[in-house]
This record gives sequence, structure tokens and C-alpha cells, in this order.
Amino acid sequence: MAAKTDNNPITMDTFLSGIWKENPVFVMLLGMCPVLAVTNSVANALAMGLATTFVLLCSNALISLLRHHIPKEVRIAAYIVIIATFVTVVDYLIHAISLEVYNALGAFIQLIVVNCMILGRAEAFASRHRLSSTLINGLGMGVGFTIALLCLGSVRELLGAGTLLGFPIFGEAFEPWVIMLLPPGGFFVLGAWLLLFAWVKERQIKRSAAASVGEAAVNAR
Amino acid sequence: MHADSLGFIFLNAAIINNFVLALFLGICPLLGVSGKLNTAFSMGVATALVMLISSISAWLINEVITHFDLEFLRLIAYIAVIASAVQLVEMTIKKYSPPLYRALGIFLPLITTNCAILGVALFQTNYEYSFVQSLFYSLGAGAGFILAIVLMAGLREKLELADVPSIARGAAMSLMLAGILSLAFMGFAGLGG
Repeated sequence: MAAKTDNNPITMDTFLSGIWKENPVFVMLLGMCPVLAVTNSVANALAMGLATTFVLLCSNALISLLRHHIPKEVRIAAYIVIIATFVTVVDYLIHAISLEVYNALGAFIQLIVVNCMILGRAEAFASRHRLSSTLINGLGMGVGFTIALLCLGSVRELLGAGTLLGFPIFGEAFEPWVIMLLPPGGFFVLGAWLLLFAWVKERQIKRSAAASVGEAAVNAR
Repeated sequence: MHADSLGFIFLNAAIINNFVLALFLGICPLLGVSGKLNTAFSMGVATALVMLISSISAWLINEVITHFDLEFLRLIAYIAVIASAVQLVEMTIKKYSPPLYRALGIFLPLITTNCAILGVALFQTNYEYSFVQSLFYSLGAGAGFILAIVLMAGLREKLELADVPSIARGAAMSLMLAGILSLAFMGFAGLGG
């Protein structure tokens, strides 16, 4: 692809945008399926986040290196094949390291292939930036994705089982809120997080509006 | 009903373990294309069609791959087949219904990255379904997807008129709706036992 490679210096923003401003889950709503499906415990969420980050980094690095050699017409197919290769690697890797995690995540490890976030990054960033900034941006996105998974996983495990990473938190008397571990809980918790972020954003806008009005009033006095 | 019977496989994929609301596959189109009822229905049908084609091809490929002990190629082969099937459906829709082609827009090529389709191919391999069983499984999954996305679109069309707090508009509201739908679908859990 005849990409225009920009020579923008790598700033802190290259890394941070993935964590907050363009958080793949909370802002861009990408890669929702694994986000909802495997976050019924913190451990699963962490494993999924790490696996996805690994695939994201490796595939984006390779795509960035090959960006001048992949013809534009077949780029999506080429990206998918590259991603699928690394997912196969991760699949075998997790199988070898921990059978327990492998069974808990099930088919969702292989479904990393169709995580729109990875393909989106490949198309929007890796195909037109050089290796170093691609790696940093990818790492930011991966960390942002993992944080989002952990946000969901911790709330769902805490409410649904009364534990965190398997350790009981609330003591004997706690009645687990099982629905949080079941599918509807995933939708509700993610919806609640989105509500929270929308509320914070709106408050910020109101604050800054109020502040400018207040400043004007002070100046007038 | 027996657990291996074709009727049960169909019902299981369509309702009991609905691909969207119970297995969380294909959430992106559910949130993205469920704004209007007509578009949602066409999207559902297109997806179901791709599901059927790719399920049949995936079954054949799996036979070849296991015959030659090439299991590590399975994922790559599946995704390549799905991408081609999407291309095929896209060309068909473009030829026979240009308005529909325009209405679906970017979401049509994005069917490739719909987890539900790869999910069907992977699950039927994991369950070791026979050819006819996979056929019914993918038909059920397609029907379940259409059902979920149409229900969702119907609810969202009604909500257009409701007075929703400004922070809850958009994705947050859709997720809450999906949660309630999913809660309703859990009622089918004991069906067919």
C-alpha cells in the first residue's frame, strides 16, 4: 500500500490515547464480544486482555513492517491472515501454559481473530505509521482494552460471587448476586460503566461552561 | 427431545443459547445496525446467509484438514472462507438490490469480522457435528441472530419517542436493552431439557 508515512514525533499522546481518549471499549465500542463474554471473573479478564494485547502488538508490528509491500486491493485479507496466524500462536501458547485458562476462555481465544479492534488498528494506524509509533500506540490500545476488561471483570466478580481474584471480600453473610455472572449481567455492567463515563463527561462540559461564566462574572465585578 | 436431534440443535442455537444474547457473539452489528427495523432485518438475513455458506464450507474444510493432520491451519482457513463468502453475498446484494446495498453500507463488509459467523464454524467443529447437524446448527444460529437484531431494532424504534436522560442516549441505553432482552431469553434455559 502506498502509504503516506508521517514523521510525527512520538508523543505521550500516541500511548495515552488508547487508554483514555480513544479507549477501544468505552469510547470506540470495538471488540465488544470478548469484553462481555469472558469478564465473569478478574482472572479470565486479565488473561483475555493479555492475549489480545499480544496479538495486537505482533500483528500490528508485522503489518507496519510490510505496509509498503501489501497491495491495497487485498489488504484486508492480508491483515486477517496475519492476525489469524498470531491468534493460532496464542491459542497453542495458552493451551501449553494453563489448561485451566484455556478451558475457561474456550472458543473466545480463537475468536480474537474477529476482534474489530485489532483489524481497526491495523487499518487505521499500523498501515500508515512506522514501527516504533505503531508499537507504542498498539501497547496503549492493548493496555486500555485490558483495563476495560478488568473494570468489567472486577465488578461482575465482586457482585456475582463476592470474591476478587478468588479471594472472598464480603465475608460469610454475603448473598451472591448470581445474575451478574450470567449473560444479562455483562450487558448491565457495561451499560452502567458507559453511563458513568457519559455522566463524567457531561459534568466536565457543564463545569467548564460554568467556569467560563463565573470568570466573566468575576471580571465584571 | 433428544440432545442430538436436529430439532433440538436448531432450537438450542436459535433460542436457548441464542448467539447474540446468551453467547455474546455479534454484538457489533447488534449495536450498530439496529436503528431501523428494515435495515436490521436485511442485515440479519445477509448475516444468516453468510453463516449458512460458511458453515457448509467450514465443515468440508474441516474434513480435509483433519484428514491431513493440519489442525493448526483451521483458523486461517475458516476466516479465509468467511471473507470470501461475505464478498459473494456483497456482490449478490449489489447486483440485485442496490438500495439495500447502500443502506447496509460499511456494515456489509464488516460481516467478516462478525464473531457469530466464525463462532458457528468453531462451535460446530468443537461439538463434532455431522454435516446435517451443522446445517441445522447454522440455520438455528442465523434465525437466532435475525430474531435478536429485529427485537432490538423494534425496541429502539419505540425508544426514539421516549424521554431518555441525555447521558443514557446511544450505546448505554442499547446495552441496557440488550441486558433486559437477554434476561428474558434466560427464561428458555430449561426448554427441551
